[in-house]
Amino acid sequence: MTEIPVWAAILVGLFALIGSLLTFIGCMGLARFDSFYQRIHAPTLGTSFGAIFVLAASIIYFSVSGQRLAVHEVLIVIFVSLTTPVTLMLLARAALYRDRAEGNGNVPAAALGKDTVVKAADDL
Amino acid sequence: MMRQILPYPLLSLGMLILWLLLQQSLGLGQILLGSVVALFAGRALAALQPEQPRIRRPFKIIHLMGLVAVDVLWSNLAVARIVLQGRHRKQTAGFLLLPLELRDRSALAILACIITATPGSAWLEYDAVRGTVLIHVLDLVDDQEWIDTIKHRYERLLLEIFQ
Repeated sequence: MTEIPVWAAILVGLFALIGSLLTFIGCMGLARFDSFYQRIHAPTLGTSFGAIFVLAASIIYFSVSGQRLAVHEVLIVIFVSLTTPVTLMLLARAALYRDRAEGNGNVPAAALGKDTVVKAADDL
Repeated sequence: MMRQILPYPLLSLGMLILWLLLQQSLGLGQILLGSVVALFAGRALAALQPEQPRIRRPFKIIHLMGLVAVDVLWSNLAVARIVLQGRHRKQTAGFLLLPLELRDRSALAILACIITATPGSAWLEYDAVRGTVLIHVLDLVDDQEWIDTIKHRYERLLLEIFQ
């Protein structure tokens, strides 16, 4: 550990704390919520501002202590915010497909758009 | 000829910059290695044959990013509150079918990422024939309020940027 000024240490500590608190609350939600669809909302806390605060702490620490230019963290924010929605959408659509196939009844019916078009073509 | 080697010059340049940033080096070896990665990434994307997005008003993108950042921050706090209230809380989660005017594929992809990245709302299913999207909302008190927020805040801006 290199010595860093007090103001930087306070900021780093505060940001790391807020970030990990948000991520922790997200994990609690993952455990607490009842349905799958509710549960997909909770981890986004950790992947949005939970991650951003922790990475901001990292940027401040490494920039102030002068070890390196902090750009990795910005790349992490970009990668995480691009990949998380894709994964969540895949999981949610798989759950939706399964609930419909098993007739669990707690999800809206499949959109009729495509079927209607096929029927209209048959009528001709 | 140029189009075959470099079908997406901007994407390839972006990949090269990304590679150099990740390696934290401007050495000749890294530039060569990064260029190879960038060339293959461009050709891989060309194999997918994506539609070329037409961006009409690039400066609106910054406006949109600012808007999204603020909204994501607020919904972080809102979802954190719901989690902490625990099981005493009344169930308000629900599905919402939203009509969209947006048809551009890239714009729809961006809207899907915005809605899913925001805690408290998730994009589930887009129906290209009817132009509707199924969204799951954690705190669905007023349907119309959500429809208005998404249509007026994000869709309007995306329409301005892409169409």
